Amino acid sequence: MSRQVLYGWGRTASSVAQVVTASDEAAVASILATSPHVVARGLGRSYGDAAQLSGGVVLDNRELGGIGDISDDGVVTVGAGVSIEQLLTRSIPQGWFVPVTPGTRQVTMGGAVAADVHGKNHHVDGSFARHVLELRLVTPSGPLTVSPTTDAELFWATMGGMGLTGVMTSVTIQMLKIETDQVLVDTDRFADLDAVMAAMAEGDQRYRYSVAWVDCMTRGAHMGRAILTRGDHAARSDVPTPQLQAPRAAKIAVPFDAPSGLLNPLTIKLFNEAWFRSAPSHRARQAQSLSTFFHPLDGVRDWNRLYGRRGFVQYQFCVPDDAGETVVEAIRQLSASRVPSFLAVLKRFGASNPGPLSFPMPGWTLALDLPVGPAKLAGVLDDLDELVLGVGGRLYFAKDARLGPDKIRAMYPRLDEFLRIKHRVDPENRLTSDLARRLHLVGT
Amino acid sequence: MENAFGQPQNIIVLGGSSDIARAIVKKLCAARAHTVVLAGRNATLLDQASAEAREYGATKTETVLFDAMDPSNAVRTIAECFAKVGDQVDLVLIALGQLGDQRHDENDASAATGSAMVNYVWPVAALAELRHRLVEQGRGRIVVLSSVAAVRVRRSSYLYGGAKAGLDRLCDGLADSLEGTGVTLQLVRPGFVRSKMTAGQKEVPFTTGVNEVAENVLRGLASGERVIWSPPILRYVFALLRHLPAPLWRKIDR
Repeated sequence: MSRQVLYGWGRTASSVAQVVTASDEAAVASILATSPHVVARGLGRSYGDAAQLSGGVVLDNRELGGIGDISDDGVVTVGAGVSIEQLLTRSIPQGWFVPVTPGTRQVTMGGAVAADVHGKNHHVDGSFARHVLELRLVTPSGPLTVSPTTDAELFWATMGGMGLTGVMTSVTIQMLKIETDQVLVDTDRFADLDAVMAAMAEGDQRYRYSVAWVDCMTRGAHMGRAILTRGDHAARSDVPTPQLQAPRAAKIAVPFDAPSGLLNPLTIKLFNEAWFRSAPSHRARQAQSLSTFFHPLDGVRDWNRLYGRRGFVQYQFCVPDDAGETVVEAIRQLSASRVPSFLAVLKRFGASNPGPLSFPMPGWTLALDLPVGPAKLAGVLDDLDELVLGVGGRLYFAKDARLGPDKIRAMYPRLDEFLRIKHRVDPENRLTSDLARRLHLVGT
Repeated sequence: MENAFGQPQNIIVLGGSSDIARAIVKKLCAARAHTVVLAGRNATLLDQASAEAREYGATKTETVLFDAMDPSNAVRTIAECFAKVGDQVDLVLIALGQLGDQRHDENDASAATGSAMVNYVWPVAALAELRHRLVEQGRGRIVVLSSVAAVRVRRSSYLYGGAKAGLDRLCDGLADSLEGTGVTLQLVRPGFVRSKMTAGQKEVPFTTGVNEVAENVLRGLASGERVIWSPPILRYVFALLRHLPAPLWRKIDR
């Protein structure tokens, strides 16, 4: 047990909490029983304040390990503190891939469920929740097994519930069969946003994986120029030497905080330019490793330090299918404001799931990395909130570090339903977080 | 809770009717602040400031009365403020201060002590209690209104400037003591500001209004810099003025 300063991946708004570990369900239950306020924390990859709790107890879940045998049909039970990297290291050689992965392998199972993470295959396979068969959840009312058929409402409240329904100890998921550790990737370059969005709307259904990188710094005719990469797992017959190799750990690390301002409009513009030009205008069926395709940033450890001491925020929103022009308008406002933003990620979402706080909805999602610093940034993002809300869209809790409480009910109209379920298992609101307090998710 | 841009939701202002404090509170309320507790000695002015805060977006305002001439009430005053917030406190702004009548007070032991009480002793007592509470809370921000008068004390306002200098220097050490606690302390060093405190005084170069100070403070909350100068150029002006030979310094201070 130790007092530690904690912050999210964006390295903003830190706070101090008692950090404790637990390696089994009984230990988790005892921490929950003796602490007035608790939240679980995994690898700290949520960008804002979701996995911190000032003055409270933060349960580091990484000792909740253990990877069970993967069954013949790809079902595996994994400790909530096991990372996607650890799971892949075990599963890829056996021909299994995680059904959904975000842009990093450094996410625990507990974190993946709590944030109901999505990946490049959301338009086809949905978010992480769809592949969860069952989980063990320690609530202040006791440990429970929940699944879509056993206590379905608690199960779905936990998917995307930001850890506010209990502390997960293990998760049972359905893995995806793969024949090789390669992905066949089609790459296309587009000179503007309309073109890439049209291509995605028209062709994404033909691919399991699809994502576009958008340049938000270029104004005028080439506003929102983009690189679209789409693909699927390579079959044995697709590659000359089929292999099933586990991912390798990062070789490069950022050893210290870069000066704030290293990532400024000029350097970001140069980077975006180089990135755009490095992509071919069209290339089909290029074989890439799983790591290169899914987790390019995992190659550099602690890359968030590049943003310096002030840190950065990620702004990720989704809007319904018929509000595609909102994406265009958001990028227009951002490029007009001249606030520097790194390559943005644009993706199509498929169907949403029954989770009352789950983020994805059918339509579009855009994620932007923005260094903290420019005085106008706060106002620019407040304006974007209005834009997103105006078309029935919302922001992603796992990324947010700056919203106020006033827009939450409009973004998540089923919050009261969530709170009713939470109250059933956590009547004293023991499970809370800095995020939950900031957004008044569990009352103040 | 405070967000990634240093925009607080729950704030306490000690010296809540000061013009600079009111300008800062307005801007904070326009951003994210919804609970505002204003402490000071004049109930009417505090009520006015509360109404203003609500006009700018605060949904809950409370006032607390205290007399800064008596440091023994500091602990109780802070306790009352925290109780009225009723939640974690994101930001405490220490804005009390009294310029006084230098020419009169400099030969009057009791008046001279009074200036030290309001400008130094009461804030020091308050800081001790705030430090304790916020460290326990695991986070929070203290913003202390100092002055460029603290950087080099002037003959024409040495009672005020001297007390502010004591507070300013003490806060430097206090801020260091907070490393790793989740709590931070920032000093604001405005130049000459047009306000009711300085009414009738002769304006000097780099004079600003209260809104400019507030603007710079909000920017400083986002950047987290230890000392917020207003206007920012005074950082460099005073780097020079601090080392000006005494005869020259006396000459420009008239």
